[in-house]
Amino acid sequence: MVHIKRLQEDGIDIIAPIGEIDASSSIELDLTIAKSVGEGFSKILVDCGALEYISSAGLGVFMSYIDEFKDKNVRMVLYGMSEKVANTFEILGLYDLLTIAPDKAEAKKKVNEV
Amino acid sequence: MLFVIGVITWIALLFTDLSVVFSAKNNLPQEVPAWLPGIILNLYLITLYYYYKFKIDRDEQLNFVDLLWRVFATGLIATVISLLFRLVEGLLKSTALTNNVVYVEVIYLINLGLMTAFLLASFAAWKRLILYQKSKWLLRGWSLFEYALLLALLYTCFDRTPNENLYLVLLGIFVVMGLILSANMKWVAFLNFRQKWTCLLLLLLTIFYFGYLSFTTSSLADTVQLGFTDHRSHLFIKSILIFVIVYSVFSFLVILFNLPTTSVFEQKLEEVVNFQRISQSIQTEQSEESVYNILLETSVSSVFADAAWLETKDNSTHRVFTYRITEKEAYDIINHLKAQNVTGILDQGQDKTKNLSKHLGALKGSRFRSILAFPIYVKGENIGTLALLKELPDGFNKEMTKIVSTFANQAGISIENFRLLEEALQGERYKEELKIAKTVQKSLLPQVLEQDSEFEIAAFSESADEVGGDYYDTIRINQYETSLIIADVSGKGTTAAFHMSQMKGIFHSLAQECIEPDEFMARANKALVYCLERGSFISAIFFLINTQNKTVRYARAGHCPVLYYSAAKDKAEYFKDKGVALGMVRNNSYRNFIEAKEFGYQPGDIMVLYTDGITEAKSAKGEEFGYDRLAAVLLDVKDRSSREIQEHLIAKLYEFSGTDNINDDYTTMIVKFNNRT
Repeated sequence: MVHIKRLQEDGIDIIAPIGEIDASSSIELDLTIAKSVGEGFSKILVDCGALEYISSAGLGVFMSYIDEFKDKNVRMVLYGMSEKVANTFEILGLYDLLTIAPDKAEAKKKVNEV
Repeated sequence: MLFVIGVITWIALLFTDLSVVFSAKNNLPQEVPAWLPGIILNLYLITLYYYYKFKIDRDEQLNFVDLLWRVFATGLIATVISLLFRLVEGLLKSTALTNNVVYVEVIYLINLGLMTAFLLASFAAWKRLILYQKSKWLLRGWSLFEYALLLALLYTCFDRTPNENLYLVLLGIFVVMGLILSANMKWVAFLNFRQKWTCLLLLLLTIFYFGYLSFTTSSLADTVQLGFTDHRSHLFIKSILIFVIVYSVFSFLVILFNLPTTSVFEQKLEEVVNFQRISQSIQTEQSEESVYNILLETSVSSVFADAAWLETKDNSTHRVFTYRITEKEAYDIINHLKAQNVTGILDQGQDKTKNLSKHLGALKGSRFRSILAFPIYVKGENIGTLALLKELPDGFNKEMTKIVSTFANQAGISIENFRLLEEALQGERYKEELKIAKTVQKSLLPQVLEQDSEFEIAAFSESADEVGGDYYDTIRINQYETSLIIADVSGKGTTAAFHMSQMKGIFHSLAQECIEPDEFMARANKALVYCLERGSFISAIFFLINTQNKTVRYARAGHCPVLYYSAAKDKAEYFKDKGVALGMVRNNSYRNFIEAKEFGYQPGDIMVLYTDGITEAKSAKGEEFGYDRLAAVLLDVKDRSSREIQEHLIAKLYEFSGTDNINDDYTTMIVKFNNRT
């Protein structure tokens, strides 16, 4: 089960999933990101601080936006991952595809890079 | 049989009575004892009683009208026969024959026989009517009445010269008992309007026959005196005659006074039938729609509504079923009520039923003056509204409200059951699908793995109830080279099994020839991009073992890192290297995200390949099996064969999770390089 919080800061949309993202709850994550993009945000931060577990389906959600973000010039940065979650991202090679920052300050810096 | 006995006893009665009369007339000494005719008459009566008991009382097929019809028919036959004799008498006028005491006696006995037969037939029929829906006390009362009558019969056998006072007292007792029993008229309530009219007619005629036959027999008895055996004061016959006539008259009056209220009772019965229809609709009907239609029909007919509509709101669909009203009219009323700010029923915000009649008065151009609306609930969720309309003002009363609310509840239950059934079926279908997917998945895994004098391979794969997409395989390319693959398809179920079969196809077509691991991944990615949907991917590691150079070349695409035990270093470690899973990068740049690696192996080295189901296996406490535990397990059994290592690992895994019901897929492939060479 996952609960997803959203808040806006300096024109940046911050999405914070809380709990576990598995095959069924990944749909919620997908909807939240789609909504954010639909609302016209071009800077999105994903706060993974409260993310306890993410399954391959959840990772698939982030991955599925890579091409779309490139086309629409949207920047997404993930930050605050626990070691376990980070490991999952790393094994699948998502460190090479997604922008991942250790903390919020770093993430903000990255998302604002031109 | 009993009928024949009856006829014989009647003939016997005829002869004994005749002999008495004959003897008296001719002043001859009596050849027959004086008490004999009485006993024979009583035998005749008992025979008739049993005859009708079996003919009428025990016949389960008869309904109330049939019963009355039987009685009526018996009376009709008896009266017609009696009238025929009268006719003959009328034709013969006053001849010597008609004045002959013997002839009169014969006619009298014929009439007596017919009347008693008619009386006992009615007695048996009335017994059925009185005992309809009997109680314990009623049954006892009736038995008492019958036994008393039997005693009266015995009494008449022995007492030839009855005591006048005792006779009157006994008769009085029987009349009172008969009156008390006659109060049981429950059957009348179960007749419908038509049946009541039929019964009235039948009863009227039956009463007439009683009157005629009893009058005829008593008037005949008056004409003869000499030596004549008078049965008029026979206690049994008299008691039954009075009882039968009293009950007939009572029934007639009760039915007559019940006529105006019949429609109410019929309506109640119809409600019960309608209720049953709604309840049964769950088993027989094919759709929710038919449940709605039945609800609409039954509610309208139960409360005599002029029109009705049923509005249903599901997640997406909004429908209106109408009955004798156009959809436009219905919407006019709905919109009018909305405009008047009438809340609580059509907006489905309140669970209370409301009589909204007063609000309709303001709606111009509508013929309806009363409205009654009900919400329909399924699992506490309001799924629709039933509205009933009447052209009369204040057309609905409390009773009607109750009835329709019961119907609406029942319909809600029917629909709920219906949905549960549907869900169960869906679940069943899904399970069946999973079973197929599981079979497919199993069949995609190789039965036999390549073996070599240089290395031995053991593999294991067990999936949870939900099908995963774990895959492993081996192909021998030539004498020295063998390729290996382990892969994990994201997602579960049939889709996963489908992607797995695609992966197998790719592996078998690309790895037949010697292909560099990074090239394999690049080509596999290119092929998979066309069939993997957005968000799906496959993690994999591809190996190429060369026994000539004793090297292994491999490329990792997002799969769990290889656990490698080096015999020389006596250490187990994970290969950390770059690699993005297949299907994640959908263009040619994918090649940049893949690294090809190479290492040399030593005898005794072990390579452990696995999927994330193993490292993510959880204990009862929620702890993960993890990488460190996996490495530790390998070190425990590093000297054993690959098969033994695999078995040990899986045993440890089950021990750790503490259950046989795994919630993910356990897949592992162990490659051990042999010591022999």
